[in-house]
Amino acid sequence: MKLQKLTGVWIPLVSIFFGLLAGAIIMLLFGYNPVAGYIALWNGAFEEPYYTGETIRLITPYILSGLAVAFAFRTGLLNIGVEGQVLVGWLASVWIGLAFNLPMIIHLPLAIIAAIIAGGLWGFIPGYLKAKFHVHEVIITIMMNYVALYSVNAIIRNVLTDGSERTEHVAETASLKVEWLTQLMPNSNVHAGIILAVGAALFYWYFIEKTKYGFELKAVGYNSYASEYAGMSVKRNIMVSMAISGGFAGLAGAMEGIGNFGYMTLNNGFTNIGFDGIAIALLGGNTAVGVVMAAGLFGVLKNGALNMPLSAGVPHELVDIITALIIFFVAASYMIILFREKLTNIFNNVKTKLQKGRGK
Amino acid sequence: MEYVIEMLDIRKEFPGIVANDQINLQVKKGEIHALLGENGAGKSTLMNVLFGIYQPEKGNIRVQGQDVHITSPNIANELGIGMVHQHFMLVDTFTVTENIVLGSEPTKGLKVNISEAEKEVQKISDQYGLRVDPKALVRDISVGMQQRVEILKMLYRQAEILILDEPTAVLTPQEIDELMQIMKSLVNEGKSIILITHKLSEIMQVADRCTVIRRGKGIGTVNVDQTTTNELASMMVGRDVSFKTEKDQANPKDLVLDIKDLIVKDNRDVDMVRGLSLNVRQGEIVGIAGVDGNGQSELIEAITGLRKVEAGEILLNNESITNFKPRDIYEKGLSHIPQDRHKYGLVLDYPIAENMVLQTYYQKPFSSKWALNFKEIYNYAKKIIKEYDVRTPSESTLARSLSGGNQQKAIIGREIDRSPDLLIAAQPTRGLDVGAIEFIHKKLIEERDKGRGVLLISFELDEIFNLSDRIAVIYEGKIVAEVKPDETNHDELGLLMAGSNEEKAEVKHP
Repeated sequence: MKLQKLTGVWIPLVSIFFGLLAGAIIMLLFGYNPVAGYIALWNGAFEEPYYTGETIRLITPYILSGLAVAFAFRTGLLNIGVEGQVLVGWLASVWIGLAFNLPMIIHLPLAIIAAIIAGGLWGFIPGYLKAKFHVHEVIITIMMNYVALYSVNAIIRNVLTDGSERTEHVAETASLKVEWLTQLMPNSNVHAGIILAVGAALFYWYFIEKTKYGFELKAVGYNSYASEYAGMSVKRNIMVSMAISGGFAGLAGAMEGIGNFGYMTLNNGFTNIGFDGIAIALLGGNTAVGVVMAAGLFGVLKNGALNMPLSAGVPHELVDIITALIIFFVAASYMIILFREKLTNIFNNVKTKLQKGRGK
Repeated sequence: MEYVIEMLDIRKEFPGIVANDQINLQVKKGEIHALLGENGAGKSTLMNVLFGIYQPEKGNIRVQGQDVHITSPNIANELGIGMVHQHFMLVDTFTVTENIVLGSEPTKGLKVNISEAEKEVQKISDQYGLRVDPKALVRDISVGMQQRVEILKMLYRQAEILILDEPTAVLTPQEIDELMQIMKSLVNEGKSIILITHKLSEIMQVADRCTVIRRGKGIGTVNVDQTTTNELASMMVGRDVSFKTEKDQANPKDLVLDIKDLIVKDNRDVDMVRGLSLNVRQGEIVGIAGVDGNGQSELIEAITGLRKVEAGEILLNNESITNFKPRDIYEKGLSHIPQDRHKYGLVLDYPIAENMVLQTYYQKPFSSKWALNFKEIYNYAKKIIKEYDVRTPSESTLARSLSGGNQQKAIIGREIDRSPDLLIAAQPTRGLDVGAIEFIHKKLIEERDKGRGVLLISFELDEIFNLSDRIAVIYEGKIVAEVKPDETNHDELGLLMAGSNEEKAEVKHP
């Protein structure tokens, strides 16, 4: 038991090390100094308060999109539609932020809740179709991403503005920017959303692990037959799970809408917050703590990497390869465990064959 | 060379338990060697060691006199060891031949040479009297026939030693007889068979020698013709066992369950229950006897709300529960020991404690308005584990890591502890050993004596005879006869199960 727990800590650490090593080899091959490269990466993530602020700003939506994917996954559902749910959440928060003139104590929560509801609805639709008509959620959620992308663009252009590319700034009363945080990390776009994100992770943990609703959702995810036998409604759980998952995603959208940007522009393509959420959820083993840590890794790598071209002269393209390698190695940690068993097996096989040969 | 297989002083440990300790198993060429033990005694572990799925911590394995290290099933196959698992590994939509050659297809250019394979399969089938049609689709043939396909698969791969894991668990009495014949013809042709079982009658019938394992330890090997059922049973359990379940005369009272003209479809939209009527009274056990696939599963699923009722009515305590939701039916006083404990009975990835409240987790005291009360859940689980003798390291052990018998005891504890008016027990002792069967039978009779109705569905005629106060025979979705257990016998029941009442069909005995 103790040994197993130890491997649980060691494997990710060792795999991060291997990832860094692989990245270093790539840098060496192309004639760059890996030490300088990694120092630049670290500095880019933490050196000054400004960098730290930006890193936190990047981690915030990652936590939420990771939680969104993980939540559905615990019920045995693959929510590929987090991307679209982020977009509608983003739009909803900005819309509320623009449309009303209210005191902050009402306006800000209203914008946040609107984002959660919008994302939740966007998740509920595939959940409903899956429960009622057995349509696979992966197909619907992928398609819903495109519907979200172009509908949101159309609304920005035709409803929120007069054919413009970008909405107005949301009202101060609907913004997540707080004075003391911004002063702590000057010039950065850090905002109070990180508190919401960590709160959401706590909520996720409590809901999944401690409540009777979480008990039901997990049971359906593990074994839908036994759940139905036990009197749980599999259909209802599918719909609820997709809606809550979408809610997390919608909140991630609000982080961009009323936190980071304070407005919304036309999107030519996807934000990738949702797609990265899939990797983050899997990396984090679909647990709250795991998702927060995986989001941290993503945020640090992505933000720190921005500094590598500037300080160490490593080109953008190479930086992308290196960050991908590190993530790959962490994700492959399960494969490393498997590989170890395979190796011993192969070794034993050869041994038997040799002995058999001698026997004859 | 005296032994084809020798497993000497085998020891296999898992975290926290020693599954096998100092076990010796020596199989002679051309014999049927039974491996007897309770559930969780370590039979499967030992066979998995032989089949290369586990590596032993200690001990030697010799095949045909040579020391070997069997590190994977592939190596076991190369050494001529073949295993027929309890759950068949066949592709439903493939033909018999396609299933048999799967993985070692004979090819002609880039194409699979299926006609060549069919000939080969036919040849082996004839040689051992298996009577399998090489061109039939697996989904169209009976369970007994599927099992023979599995055996054929091993023979096709030139297995010399066949391991049969609980082969009779899924068969009808007639099919069991046929299997026994096949086993005898296999050993006559020089094959050796290891028969894993806990059914003593089968051992007495076919086996030459028998090795007994109890709680991971080898107890000994005996010649079957020099022993008795009672001796084997006490070797296996470690104490004397009673085979006949003691029970008083039933004292039936009011109707608990009343089913009228029920029609239920299966997933393919075919009527499986066709106008079935049946009732169960308080204080009696009604056994449903029948060959698998005559509508038993659909009947249970309809009663418990898992399947839609097309027509007819189901009354529980004189109230209709037709097409109610499972949870509402449970709340009206029904418990259900499901046929397939892995698929329906348990969430295998949940701790055993959480499985004990699978239906009741939302009720007080297990849950407040929002949160689960884990303290209450674990205390309750402790109580059931103790009362029903569930052997588990702790309440927080995953259900997956318990042995089959202990999983079943846990389910039975959960279902009986809800003190239902009607208890549906579908194959409650499937795959269990005599100790566990004795215990479960006692519990079911206790429930009856408390004045509860019990509906028992079983493919084991002994069980039906032992427990039932009334036997209802199901055939093609209808109850075709109702008999008292002391007014009938195995043969008559076997014929009724084959539909003789309906069409006077002739039943072939091999």
